[in-house]
Amino acid sequence: MARTISDLFSKKTDIPFYISYIHKITPNQTLKQNNQSTLNPRRHRERDHREMRDLKDLQKSLNQTQRVRLQSALQQLQEIYSRASSSPAAAVSVSDCIHVNLEDGVLKGHGTTNRNDDVVATVCGIVERVNKLVYVRDLRARYKPEVGDIIVGRVIEVVSKRWRLEINYSHDAVLMLSSMNLPDGMQRRQTSTDELNMRSIFEENDVICAEVRGFNHHDGTLQLQARSQKYGKLERGQMLTVPSYLVKRRKQHFHNLEQYGVDMILGCNGFIWVGEHVEHGVDVPVETVKSSIENMSIEEQKPNNFTPLETRQGLCRIANAIRVLSTLGFALSVEAILKTVEWSISSNVEIKDMLLSEFCVQAAEIEVQRRILLTKRKN
Amino acid sequence: MEFVNLQGIRLDGRRPKELRQLCAEIGVVSKADGSAAFEMGNTRVIAAVFGPRAVQNRSQKIANRALVRCEYSMAKFSTGDRVRRPKGDRRSMEISLVIRQTMEACIMTQLMPNSQIDICLQVLQADGGTRSACINAATLALADAGIPMCDIVVSCSAGYLNTTPLLDLNYIEDSGGGPDVTVGILAKMNKVTLLQMDNKLPFDTFEKVMQLAIDGCEAISKYIREVLLENTKQLEYRRGL
Repeated sequence: MARTISDLFSKKTDIPFYISYIHKITPNQTLKQNNQSTLNPRRHRERDHREMRDLKDLQKSLNQTQRVRLQSALQQLQEIYSRASSSPAAAVSVSDCIHVNLEDGVLKGHGTTNRNDDVVATVCGIVERVNKLVYVRDLRARYKPEVGDIIVGRVIEVVSKRWRLEINYSHDAVLMLSSMNLPDGMQRRQTSTDELNMRSIFEENDVICAEVRGFNHHDGTLQLQARSQKYGKLERGQMLTVPSYLVKRRKQHFHNLEQYGVDMILGCNGFIWVGEHVEHGVDVPVETVKSSIENMSIEEQKPNNFTPLETRQGLCRIANAIRVLSTLGFALSVEAILKTVEWSISSNVEIKDMLLSEFCVQAAEIEVQRRILLTKRKN
Repeated sequence: MEFVNLQGIRLDGRRPKELRQLCAEIGVVSKADGSAAFEMGNTRVIAAVFGPRAVQNRSQKIANRALVRCEYSMAKFSTGDRVRRPKGDRRSMEISLVIRQTMEACIMTQLMPNSQIDICLQVLQADGGTRSACINAATLALADAGIPMCDIVVSCSAGYLNTTPLLDLNYIEDSGGGPDVTVGILAKMNKVTLLQMDNKLPFDTFEKVMQLAIDGCEAISKYIREVLLENTKQLEYRRGL
């Protein structure tokens, strides 16, 4: 509670951020407040990675029948995969030879190297060929950013003119103050006052959605940008961490699941946001906002801190569906997630029971059926 | 003490040129980027790899390659008698260093500048050859973490007792006081990255023992590659098209 009040305080009045900073470290605060404000963002980072559960844990909790069912479901998936892909899965492990015709002038991509006129894999993964390019697509590695990716990250540090974000990459990502639209929606130069007010936009531990802008070739850090209404701070929801190879790059990463009133962002880095639906209006000029605030009564100025119960339940259901799918190691597409959610509703599974082994096995079977249908439709 | 009886059987019932049973499992630590458990008979270790991630200590940052760190520790319950070892004792410091150097030889560190890779090794059960088991586990964990490596490092030990070269010594044979050679090789490139020997050996015997250890390494590398390939296939088809 104390946190929300101090939040409001620093936002509604234009206190430069250094004052609020001093305010935070004064020793004579209540213990609770202190705990909240000095929460170490690095801790959060550890916690984010702690969420992952894997198939090993699941298999231990299964009984005999469930184990057999899961086994057969996975077996079927293997059959579907080998039937659907044109070439048999060209899986390689480290230092396996990749068969190429060297006379064609092969381009060696990521995950390959030369050894005695042979092309050799340096990571475990799947060999992919695009024209002359040969590369190995790795699984279960950390996120490898590409320009234009939509990512979800957590702010770990506010430094001069920039925020540093944890995005499951080997370095921290950087969001410059100059590469984001200010909340007043104006296109102008960022001044020193803006710099002082940075904490009123994003604070440490905030979850943010942004786009990859490019690499800084000098030190390899990642530059982000958030030049649109759809990017920015994410509130009233939960962030999930899954292995990044489960999220495929698509045209659409923002999903509005209308029937549940939930927004879902499948970040390419494996951070997934599930939150209450927010309407993105057109950019409103600052004057009208100010005047409308003045006209409002005190009650109206209070932010709406209430999320209806149904929305929250839907949100948790979707989140648990994602958890189940990522435990099983299935790719996270909207269709797969929605199918799992619908199944859980139609079979009257409680939200908390979705993480039990029985539902996991059911989800695996549903996914098999979905994929069979998909391949049939293609043929 | 008789380590090999007249029938040519060792104390634990193996032939002189026989490995202990191998068992490898990938993905045992869910919080780590890559992890593996490796068993050689009764020796059992767990490896967890964290990274590549941002360097924690700024002064250790290397501009053109990754920093590799390694931490080896033995669980208190891993040996027969429960010994209280301080965290940074000599033996584990030495083994950490040896493993770090061995792994650094195969990791393509130049591809990951300004980052660090942590390898944490924990011995759950020690029955001789923990250092070999740790290297094998670390290789699996690094491969699981998707860290580019130029080749697979495998390690195996061999000894010379009762005028017989013995492969993959267990604890009793290890403490028998005979010479003991630990070899780490890059499996496909046929290069030696680790060679340690306690005690002395005449040169011609040494060659025999070393060749035996290398043969052992090759058998282990075959097993490790199978495990890795199977794991990759599993991940891929579960993920789907």
